[in-house]
Amino acid sequence: MTGVGAEPAVAALVEDAGPPPAAHRERRTRSALTRAGWFVASVVLVCALWEAYKAIGSPDGWSVFGVRVLPRADDASMPHVWQVLQRFGRPESAAEDSSSVAVAVLDAAWFTFRVAMAGLLLGGAVGFGLGMLMDRFAIAERGLLPYVVLSQTVPLIALAPLVVGWGGRLHIGALIWRPWMSVSVIAAYLAFFPIAVGALRGLRSPSPHSLELMRSFSASWWQSFRRLKLPASVPYLIPALRLAAASAVVGAIVAEISTGIRGGIGRLVIEYSREATSDPAKVWTAFLGAALLGLLVAGLVALVDLALVRYRPSGAHR
Amino acid sequence: MSAALPSPRAGDGPVSEAVQLAGVGKTFRGRTDVTALADIDLAIEAGEFVTFIGPSGCGKSTLLRLIADLIEPTAGTVTVNGKSARQARLDQDYGIAFQQAGLMEWRTVARNVELPLELRGWDRARRRTRARELLELVGLPDFVDSWPIELSGGMQQRVAIARALATGPKLLLMDEPFGALDEMTRERLQAELTRIARESGATVVFVTHSIPEAVYLSDRVVVLSARPGRVTEIVPVPLGDRTDDTREAPEFYAKVTEVREALRGRTGRATVPAAEER
Repeated sequence: MTGVGAEPAVAALVEDAGPPPAAHRERRTRSALTRAGWFVASVVLVCALWEAYKAIGSPDGWSVFGVRVLPRADDASMPHVWQVLQRFGRPESAAEDSSSVAVAVLDAAWFTFRVAMAGLLLGGAVGFGLGMLMDRFAIAERGLLPYVVLSQTVPLIALAPLVVGWGGRLHIGALIWRPWMSVSVIAAYLAFFPIAVGALRGLRSPSPHSLELMRSFSASWWQSFRRLKLPASVPYLIPALRLAAASAVVGAIVAEISTGIRGGIGRLVIEYSREATSDPAKVWTAFLGAALLGLLVAGLVALVDLALVRYRPSGAHR
Repeated sequence: MSAALPSPRAGDGPVSEAVQLAGVGKTFRGRTDVTALADIDLAIEAGEFVTFIGPSGCGKSTLLRLIADLIEPTAGTVTVNGKSARQARLDQDYGIAFQQAGLMEWRTVARNVELPLELRGWDRARRRTRARELLELVGLPDFVDSWPIELSGGMQQRVAIARALATGPKLLLMDEPFGALDEMTRERLQAELTRIARESGATVVFVTHSIPEAVYLSDRVVVLSARPGRVTEIVPVPLGDRTDDTREAPEFYAKVTEVREALRGRTGRATVPAAEER
C-alpha cells in the first residue's frame, strides 16, 4: 500500500492480562515484612551508633577553633540507651502517688495526638475546600493562592500566643473555647497548606480528554467531581496528607511549648528538660514520646494510603 | 458476513439526517484569531459511516467536537437527530471515543463501561448485564474484572468503544481512535468497527488522517482543506460489506488514489501544519 498513512507502531500487540491477583497480594505482604525488618534494623543501628559514640567520643566533645562540632559524650549529655529505657519504668517524681514516666509520656503523647488530629481534620477540611474553590473559580485561584503561600511565612512562634489570646475572647454560640482548641487551630494553620496545594493540583490533573468525556455524558459538576476529579486527585492528596500530618504534629508541639498549655508532649519536653542536669535520661523519654507520636501519625497516613491503593497511578494495586 | 441485514439508511423514520451542518464556522479567539473551520455545509444520513480526512490542522477534530457540542460554533448551526447539538448532548444521543482510550484506571474494565450508565442512574444489576453484553461485542468477555492497566493499547481502545456504545446511541463519534495503535491491531479493530456499526445500525462520524483507514471504513469520505478547514470534496466509497479481501481489491486501491488526489489537489500549496491542532 505504498506506505500511505502507515502509523508508527506504538502499542505492543502482546495481549496478556498480567499475573493473577493472588500473586500480587503475596508480593505485597512480603514487601511489607521487608519494610518492617528494615525499620527494626535501622532502630538497632541508631542505638548502636549512639553507644559507639559514647564509648569512643570525648566527654568534652570535640571543638574546632572553639566551636563544638561533636557533642559531649558524658552521661549528662548522652545517657546510655538502657538508662533511658529504664527511666520509663521509674516514677515521674518523688511524690508518693506519682505514676511511672512511661504512663506520663504516653498520656502526654495521646493528648497531643488528639489535638494534632483535630488540627489535621480542620486543616484538611479548610485546605481541601480552598483547593476546590481555586479549582472551580480561576478568580479564586488568582485571589487566594498568594495569601495561601504568604500564610506559611508568618512565624508560628509569633502566631501561637496571638491565637490563644483571640480564642479566650471568642464566643461562638454554646461553644466554650478550650486552650487545646488554640493548639489545634495552630496545627491546622500548618496543615492546611499542603492539602490546599495538593488538592488544587490533583483536581486539575485529569486530562482534557477525560473532562470532555464527562461533558459528553452531560455529567453535572458534582458528578464529574465525584467520579473523575476526586479519584484522580488521590495520588496528589496522599503525599499532601503525609506532609500535613507531620506539620500538624510539629505545629501542635510548638504551639504547646510557646503557649505553655498543659497536658501535651510539648509541655513535657519543657518540664523534663529543666531536670536535665539531675536526671538526664528523663528528657530523652519525652523526645522518644514525640518520636512515637510521629510514627503513629505516619502509620495512620500509611493506612489511608493502603485503603486508597487502587487510586494510585500505574496500577500500584497489583 | 451477514449480507442479509437490511441497510438502516433507507428511510429511517421521520428524521433521516443524523447530523446536519449548515454554514458552520469556528474561529478561536486569542491574541491572533484563528479560523479553524469556515462554511461547512454537510448532511450525514442515519446509518451512514462518514469519515473526515484532511491535513494536520484542517480542523477535522474541531468539526467532530462541534457535533459533540464539546465546543460551540461561531457561525452556522449544528443539528443532531433533528435537535440542537446541545440538546442532543444533554439527551446523550451520541457516544464518543478519542485517540486516548481515557479509561479511569481506578475502575475495572466493566465499571469503566458502566460509567455513562451510572451517570444516567441505571441500577447496578442492569449496568452489569449491559457492560457484559458490550464487552462481548468488542471481543473482551474475559476481561470484565480486569484493571485497565492490565490491557494492551488495542484492548483499552476496545473498552473505550464499548463505553461509547453503552447507552445504545444512534450516533458514534470517533476522533482518531486507532491513531496510537500498531498497523495489525488497527486493521483488526477497523474490521470489528464496521461489523459493530452494521449490527447496531448506528451512524458513525470518524476522524482520521489515514487514507486507507478512511476508505476501508466509510460510505463517504469528506476531504477537508488546510486552515481554514473547508469541505473540498466528498468521495463516495460504494465497496459493499467490508471483508479482509476488501483491502486487496483493485476498487479499494482506486478509491485510495482518488482520496489521495483529492487531498493533494487542494492542499498542495498551503500545508504548514499547525502545531496545536487536535
